Amino acid sequence: MARKLLLEKAHVEGIRGYEVYRREGGYRSVEKALKTMTPDQVTEEVKKSGLRGRGGAGFPTGMKWSFLAKPEGVPRYLVCNADESEPGTFKDRYLMEFLPHLLIEGLIVSSYALGSKSTYIYIRGEYAWIPDILEQAIEEAKAAGWLGKNILGTGFDCEIYVHRGAGAYICGEETALIESLEGKRGNPRIKPPFPAVKGVWDCPTVVNNVETLAAVVPIINEGGEAYSKIGVGKSTGTKLLSACGNINKPGVYEIDMTISVEEFIFSDEYCGGIPNGKRLKACIPGGSSVPILPANLLLKTAKGETRMMNYESLADGGFPKGSMMGSGGFIVLDEDQCVVRNTLTLARFYRHESCGQCSPCREGTGWMEKILKNIEYGKGKMSDIDLLWDIQRKIEGNTICPLGDAAAWPVAAAIRHFRDEFEWHVQNPVESQHRNFGLAHYADPLEVVPA
Amino acid sequence: MAEEKKLFKVTIDNITIEVEPGTSILQAARKIGGDVAPPAMCYYTKLKGSGGKCRTCLVEVAAGSTADPRPMPKLVASCRTNVMDGMVVKNITSEKVIDARNGVVEMLLLNHPLDCPICDQAGECHLQDLSYEHGKESTRYEFDRRTFKKHDLGPYIQLHMTRCILCYRCVFTADQLTEKRVHGVLDRGDHSEIATYIEKSLENDFIGNIIDVCPVGALTDKTFRFKNRVWFLKPVDAHRNCNHPKCNGKVTLWYRGDEVFRVTARKDEWGEVEDWICNECRFDKKATADWVIDGPTKINRHSVISQGHYVGTVRPQEALYDVMGGRAPKLLMDIHSVSEVNRPEIDLSKLERPAHSTDFEANGTK
Repeated sequence: MARKLLLEKAHVEGIRGYEVYRREGGYRSVEKALKTMTPDQVTEEVKKSGLRGRGGAGFPTGMKWSFLAKPEGVPRYLVCNADESEPGTFKDRYLMEFLPHLLIEGLIVSSYALGSKSTYIYIRGEYAWIPDILEQAIEEAKAAGWLGKNILGTGFDCEIYVHRGAGAYICGEETALIESLEGKRGNPRIKPPFPAVKGVWDCPTVVNNVETLAAVVPIINEGGEAYSKIGVGKSTGTKLLSACGNINKPGVYEIDMTISVEEFIFSDEYCGGIPNGKRLKACIPGGSSVPILPANLLLKTAKGETRMMNYESLADGGFPKGSMMGSGGFIVLDEDQCVVRNTLTLARFYRHESCGQCSPCREGTGWMEKILKNIEYGKGKMSDIDLLWDIQRKIEGNTICPLGDAAAWPVAAAIRHFRDEFEWHVQNPVESQHRNFGLAHYADPLEVVPA
Repeated sequence: MAEEKKLFKVTIDNITIEVEPGTSILQAARKIGGDVAPPAMCYYTKLKGSGGKCRTCLVEVAAGSTADPRPMPKLVASCRTNVMDGMVVKNITSEKVIDARNGVVEMLLLNHPLDCPICDQAGECHLQDLSYEHGKESTRYEFDRRTFKKHDLGPYIQLHMTRCILCYRCVFTADQLTEKRVHGVLDRGDHSEIATYIEKSLENDFIGNIIDVCPVGALTDKTFRFKNRVWFLKPVDAHRNCNHPKCNGKVTLWYRGDEVFRVTARKDEWGEVEDWICNECRFDKKATADWVIDGPTKINRHSVISQGHYVGTVRPQEALYDVMGGRAPKLLMDIHSVSEVNRPEIDLSKLERPAHSTDFEANGTK
């Protein structure tokens, strides 16, 4: 049984309330950080821990914190990105719903490290019931003296505010989130300047994911050194994964990044295998925007090694032969699933969520959806597949924010690995309407290419 | 003596130029001029915060600076990226840029109605220029183009949302020139549109400028709509003493014959407004008597507008009436050369109908 750092106490009765949380050892990290450490020491601990951003990109958190500009007389802000809207990802919801005080605790320590006196939680609009939980937790923390003026007599002031989004995926992009927080239309900003220099109201800002900020708590409690020893290589600590799709036990799991993908899908401790005796066809290992992988490339890398559940191993082989850890939305597809339909669903999502600011994404996402719709409903042409490839190529990298890339990657990966399924759809327009392509050869062992 | 300002050396398409720190790549390229300057559909020098959206000005940065000569991993928007000392930029010399720009032009035209034949902007449309220069002759798009509900913006400005490329220039203009912006971008993605939230007319004194900043025919002048083609008009610089405190009354009048068809702000060689003008100058002063003429507007020879630009050219003298010795037929139907029918004894002016070659025969001289 792997070590749990975040969800260890999730099943303790009443942990959502302050009393139980405190009794179970909560807010120890705030005491430790505020009373015995300087803000720079906290940042140093986070750096030592090797913690990587849990929102998707996996950027080292300590480094991000050290980039924060600290000019005299200008306030700095910490913003918690709780706009978790990626299809397949729901780990932050679980964390906020059941352990709201863990997030608040992490926020206080992080605010102390960064010198943020007003800290914001930007939460997606669809999580309608969670702001109440968070606000209650903030009230309780305030009543107990963990928030407000002169916390623990150290002279550090901090307030936390919950800000509800209006339901836009794009507001999970940090600069769009900042625009939205300022009360404007959620359009991503053009970078540079980066938020670390000019963020909320043009002041230096750090935007971190919910899970990242919660992970600061065990880092301070146990020390960065100890945290970095959990996991492998540069994938330190534990990661929350939200598993869904064709599995027996969908849900949120905490792993320490030392297990293999195969174990994660088939062991009873985690996903518990695929229901109804079906076989594994494909998997999107890190939320809808990362490349989809066929079963054979998912379980073994192109070099023939076992693929592990960590940042490096999942990315092994680059985009042609690998994928990404992403935000941890683990979507499993069994042999009855149609990759064309799946790609269409994702394309429709990105078309709907594009902010419409820059032309390749605004126009290209809609175009891709229409073509995929044609292919799915038996009206496609062979040339459409190459056209799709060309469109995604012209979107990727040419947009203001990563949503363009996120829209292009799933389509690119689906065509790259499942081209014959697309072709089958085009060539069998009638049959494809009532039958699926099935597993085909997607689970066959691959010839190992010596590195 | 003031310390000499340090200039940044930047190389764009193998041409090196020195510019002041803080200059964008696009501005530096415009200093070189010609084809080296990337096209810009959304960037507008005078509007703070504009640019970065249309992606037509993407360039490749082959070396970031002398201090850090690594290339930038992605193409960058030249309008919003500042030059560094020793930066090497590739615009028309980069295949990646040409390819990406080609893609952007195709995307911009995807849902554009291509109704140039009935569009007032034709002839001075930046999208038209862009697609001539960087686009392909056909599209691979096979679906219905998107359409919008009609939206009335009041007595002065006509909105054609189907033509809009969402450059946000009009939004920035209203933000920065007027007290209160009443229009903006509603919705998101490919169905986002320029509109007022609840139907409202745009009535600010300076709102007419959004017509000038619009790169396409999405916002046009209602007082000029369908009156004339821009290339039939002759632009003339003029000014008047405008009472509006923010308007200096420097404009371009667009003449055909003696009639002023429309008034616009003066534009520079990149199609950008030099001085904003007020609505009174633009919409209400359409008589030559209202203005002091400064002289003909300089128009790029390659622009289609220069074709109606007769300054300096001598019209060939019309010889027909002299040849006919004062006789003026209503119309000469099938007569191709005056010399064939130069018969002073037959007076075609007496005919009540167009003259025909048979009229010469009927008089029995042949």
